[in-house]
Amino acid sequence: MTTATADRQVDIRDLHVSFPQFDSVVQAVRGVSLHLEPGESLGIVGESGSGKSVSCMAVMRLLRTPPAVVRAERLMLEGVEMTQASAEDLGRLRGSAAAMIFQDPMTAFDPVFTIGDQIAETILTHRKRRKREARAEALDLLRRVEIRNAEAVLDSYPHQLSGGMLQRAMIAMALSCNPRVLFADEPTTALDVTVQAQILQLIKDLQAEFHMGLIVITHDLGVVAETVDRVVVMYGGKVMEQAPVGAIFGGARHPYTRALLESIPGQEGGRRRLTEIPGGSPDPSNPPTGCPFHPRCSLADASCANAEPPVVDIADDHQAACWRLTE
Amino acid sequence: MTARAEQTEPVPALELQGISKTFMLRGGTLFNRRTTPLNAVRDVNILLPRNGILGLVGESGSGKSTTGMMALRLVEPTEGRILLEGQDITDLSPQDLRPFRRRMQVVFQDSYSALDPMFTLQQTVAEPLRIHGLGDARSQGEAALDWLERVGLHRSFGSRYPHELSGGQRQRVAIARALILEPAVLIADEPTSALDVSVKAQIINLLQDLQDQMDLSILFISHDLSVVRSLCDQVAVMFNGRIVEQAATELIFTGARHPYTQSLLDAIPVLDPSRRHRRQFRSRDELEQARLIVDASLLTAPVAATDGARRLVPVAPDHLVEAEVRP
Repeated sequence: MTTATADRQVDIRDLHVSFPQFDSVVQAVRGVSLHLEPGESLGIVGESGSGKSVSCMAVMRLLRTPPAVVRAERLMLEGVEMTQASAEDLGRLRGSAAAMIFQDPMTAFDPVFTIGDQIAETILTHRKRRKREARAEALDLLRRVEIRNAEAVLDSYPHQLSGGMLQRAMIAMALSCNPRVLFADEPTTALDVTVQAQILQLIKDLQAEFHMGLIVITHDLGVVAETVDRVVVMYGGKVMEQAPVGAIFGGARHPYTRALLESIPGQEGGRRRLTEIPGGSPDPSNPPTGCPFHPRCSLADASCANAEPPVVDIADDHQAACWRLTE
Repeated sequence: MTARAEQTEPVPALELQGISKTFMLRGGTLFNRRTTPLNAVRDVNILLPRNGILGLVGESGSGKSTTGMMALRLVEPTEGRILLEGQDITDLSPQDLRPFRRRMQVVFQDSYSALDPMFTLQQTVAEPLRIHGLGDARSQGEAALDWLERVGLHRSFGSRYPHELSGGQRQRVAIARALILEPAVLIADEPTSALDVSVKAQIINLLQDLQDQMDLSILFISHDLSVVRSLCDQVAVMFNGRIVEQAATELIFTGARHPYTQSLLDAIPVLDPSRRHRRQFRSRDELEQARLIVDASLLTAPVAATDGARRLVPVAPDHLVEAEVRP
């Protein structure tokens, strides 16, 4: 693609993550390749169990091994091969190279410390600062994420804040060490529509201001349409399609992506039945052979069940893995 | 609203008349106890027609769930009346309420905590029949399996437990349990909010199908306007405990008048990346203070000037908005 591979902020090639159980193996990620260009915003879309969060946790080395078994041809974050990284490297990389915000800010914060203490702790851990300086920086960060009464919030405990306010505070904490890549895992799923729109706008603004790369993990195509430059669609631990956001909404080629787009409610006026994808997500401990989507796909035939579909180039920056596209 | 004064007006499935709820919040210090009143719901009127689906939308804290809980008499109203199929159930004792409970059932957002983990799905779905003493154990079990099938689950699911199910499947079980008594009214409180997009479409379609088959009326409580657009005939918008706008669904989406409704609609993600735009957000206080003034002569029914006070007034056929009326 456009940039040299070496410049990529995230570069994952053929990633496999599995979790052995008593009597089976949960195969969460099965051969995922994706990357993030410098300063780009990427959306990873998929339903629960598609492997989207696990892929990002793997590249940040946030998965405990064991139980997780991680194998990849390449797992690069900011130029560092994460499978080889030492504990020291990891400490340095987390926070400054990459930071992560999660869906549920209520459980991400410790209930017994104030917001200010927790943001200051992050700063003290990763950067050489005095306590008072760290506190002043925490206050400044809370203002940057557009919290109005920042002084009061600094001394508040998590339970005293609303969900939207807490999510802002978590974003402030993630930004405290000037990360070069921000991972946002379902950052707005627990929030009201209006708060969601505000948080997404804030994340976009901050990305531009801090010159960060951004990876948004979500099951909501609406979030993707509003936020990112490029989209990776995952299903059953594999990448189904990737393309610039305009091509996904204007010319998706993979049957799964198309079905997802059609099933979004409220696109037309009037009460009506929605296009649904029949069936349910695949069992990760016993995934379907061939294309993971074939049991639910209206276009599937024997070839889809028998062999892994090839990755077809629709355009330079648009790929889809589907047998139907080879005909 | 115009041509409905015929002699035999059908009895609405559910009617809430001027219903209010004030919670007394305890606060202050150990030696200086104080209680402050919180008006969660203020003078709400809702008319759910037979075989209709009414969407009750608003953000967290708007009072929409409290309204639903009052309709079910799970929260006692401070003021107002509840009429189920024309019968006033506001003051009935728990004993006298029992036969009416059969006529009104509920489905919640979190299907995991709504299902007993120690019950098989067959026991779960049969339980309402058992509680109300309808039929013998055999026929109850058989009816439960029939209902599992009716909500799209195989009869063999009867011997399974909630933890073995996906979120969408659990929500189907909750729906089967609610409808096995063939109620007239279903209160659905955010039943699709925790679900993936493709599963959400399945549940919306299921509710539509069952409603068509069963002479069922649904009060659908949600913050997701897109879902409401695809499912509901009428929409009531709640803000700070009051209904601020109510209309036929498409009227809300194409001609909303209240500033709060407009801000909700503006926050819906646009599914076309080429139409991304910066949004202007208005705070709760700004929206509360925004004044909407209409001329008495423009209303579809005579309303006296309100002298600066706000009232829910008819601005078009089938369209109520909270506004000040000037002569």
